[in-house]
Amino acid sequence: MGHPEKAAEFIADDERMHWHDKALWFVRKKRDVAAHGLDEWEELRRVASEIKTHTISKLDHYLEEFEKNAKEKGLHVHWAKDAQEHNEIVLKLLLSRGAKKLVKSKSMLTEECHLNPFLEKNGIEVVDTDLGERIVQLRKEAPSHIVLPAIHLKKEDVGKTFEKFLKTEKDNCDPTYLTREARKHLREKFLNADASLTGVNFGIAETGGIVVCTNEGNADLGASLPSLHIASMGIEKIIPRLEDLSIFTRLLARSATGQPITSYTSHFHAPVENGEMHIIIVDNGRSNIIGNEDFVQSLNCIRCGACINTCPVYRRSGGHSYGYTIPGPIGSTLGASKDLRTNKTLPFACTLCASCSNVCPVKINLHNQLYKHRQSVVAAGLLDFKKHTALKIATWVMKHPALMDFSGKLARKIVPKLPRSILYSKANIWGKKRELPEFPKNSFKELYKARKK
Amino acid sequence: MSSREYILNNIKKNLPSKSAELPETNIPHTYYKDKNEKFSTSLSSVGGNALWLKDQTVNEFVKENYKNLDVITSTCRAFTANTIDANQPNRPHPLEYVDLAVVDAEFAVAENGAVWVKNSDNRHRALYFLAKQLLIVVKKENIVDTMHEAYERIKFDESGYGTFISGPSKTADIEQSLVIGAHGPTAACVLFV
Repeated sequence: MGHPEKAAEFIADDERMHWHDKALWFVRKKRDVAAHGLDEWEELRRVASEIKTHTISKLDHYLEEFEKNAKEKGLHVHWAKDAQEHNEIVLKLLLSRGAKKLVKSKSMLTEECHLNPFLEKNGIEVVDTDLGERIVQLRKEAPSHIVLPAIHLKKEDVGKTFEKFLKTEKDNCDPTYLTREARKHLREKFLNADASLTGVNFGIAETGGIVVCTNEGNADLGASLPSLHIASMGIEKIIPRLEDLSIFTRLLARSATGQPITSYTSHFHAPVENGEMHIIIVDNGRSNIIGNEDFVQSLNCIRCGACINTCPVYRRSGGHSYGYTIPGPIGSTLGASKDLRTNKTLPFACTLCASCSNVCPVKINLHNQLYKHRQSVVAAGLLDFKKHTALKIATWVMKHPALMDFSGKLARKIVPKLPRSILYSKANIWGKKRELPEFPKNSFKELYKARKK
Repeated sequence: MSSREYILNNIKKNLPSKSAELPETNIPHTYYKDKNEKFSTSLSSVGGNALWLKDQTVNEFVKENYKNLDVITSTCRAFTANTIDANQPNRPHPLEYVDLAVVDAEFAVAENGAVWVKNSDNRHRALYFLAKQLLIVVKKENIVDTMHEAYERIKFDESGYGTFISGPSKTADIEQSLVIGAHGPTAACVLFV
């Protein structure tokens, strides 16, 4: 199923669709207030974009510098060329230390690698500790958003889920109550964990350490209790200098949720006492994107989710409709770069309104990328037959002005007289949930000519 | 070929012919007329609170403001009325029962209500997250406007752990309703001395 089919399922519940739309727009508005509160906002975006572009253009150099400095600080560094190798490194680390219970904080990379099912198959208990991620994990769902994993759910849904798995009070869906119950449940998991795994927001080449940002404190709690801490990092998370964080920490949370900074911005440059810290550097297709100048900017992403919150298509179709680990504009371009055939509908899940590019804190040309991917879809012969034929006919008509004039005239005469049953028949996909405008008597061309006389 | 070589080679093969320039980070930025006031409003907007100590010791302040707590511990030199020693256990797990942890921060950041916590005297970093409540002690003069000045004060030449803490732990994962107290402390007060 492509995006249109899955989106159709989502919008079948009209009330929920509008509720979802509003929830995301609320977050977008908070972002605006935070961004407009700083006179230097655009300057921050410019510098952030330039730092990222620079880093990617010397990525091999910075990765080697990062590795060298991390090792000097006693951290272990591993390299994984793909998802499978990443998962095997994690499993081997756990098994060789007799670790059976793993607590995880948010990491979209491990979602991308399908780490959880792999570890579970091999007898490891994996607990996602971010509240939203725990909710979707219990429901056997994927996160529907990279920052707000359970944004598609109402508190009643969460209440029912907790009733079933955490034995909470029946029909109690008060967010504070549910959060407190989750805290108790997860505290026990933290205290009994053998190992922890976190994502990485930034890897600092200059110091060889990593930075992880959370509001809940789950990454820190996980990484500071058991003796083994594994951090999974995509190659594009590297920044050159510690001071670069002065730019990124000002942009990240403001863009994500409108907060001035996350509750915790933690800099890990050492394991806990008598512990071990391992960083796995993962490629999984990223290095191929560097070679494509149309899409290389997508590697600048700091995963704030601002483009997702603002996207009119995402807000009305939900994260699961994309069928890729990361939804929204950034997910659509990354997904298409990774596997165009599987993700061929994603570049079209876009109105080309460019709102995503305008809110992006690192100025990724998201809508341009989606426009380019569409051309690749057509060139690869992957466009839906009906859509392709309709576009071909439209192109042909538009290339012949006389024919265009004649078709217009005909349409203005005939269409208003057609009954709805024909006009909005199944063949007219455009007419689903859309009304045609009232047809004018004359075309623009005719009006223009008449005025000139 | 190792995966390390494979990845680095593939990056090299794909790199643009010219590398882009690395910009300066010291851009002109916001200054606040009253840093203390800005810090205070920033921190209360994220569920914490800031206080300035007057004619009192930290011990007296805690005695007056935190009553009926069983377990109080500290890795802060200005506070001595501990009920347990946080650095004594070999593993951090027993700190789960701490009601209040009094800890040191190096400086505060006005723009976002954060404090920089990096203390090699603090044996278990888990203390910052296991304690039910945090009282963070900062010297009055150690406050900066923005993260630009903050990072001028931070170094990681040696291994270690440091974190910016801005208020208590929180979540809005259930229907965007803000709940203070997720996995970490449910209250965080910054005390300027």
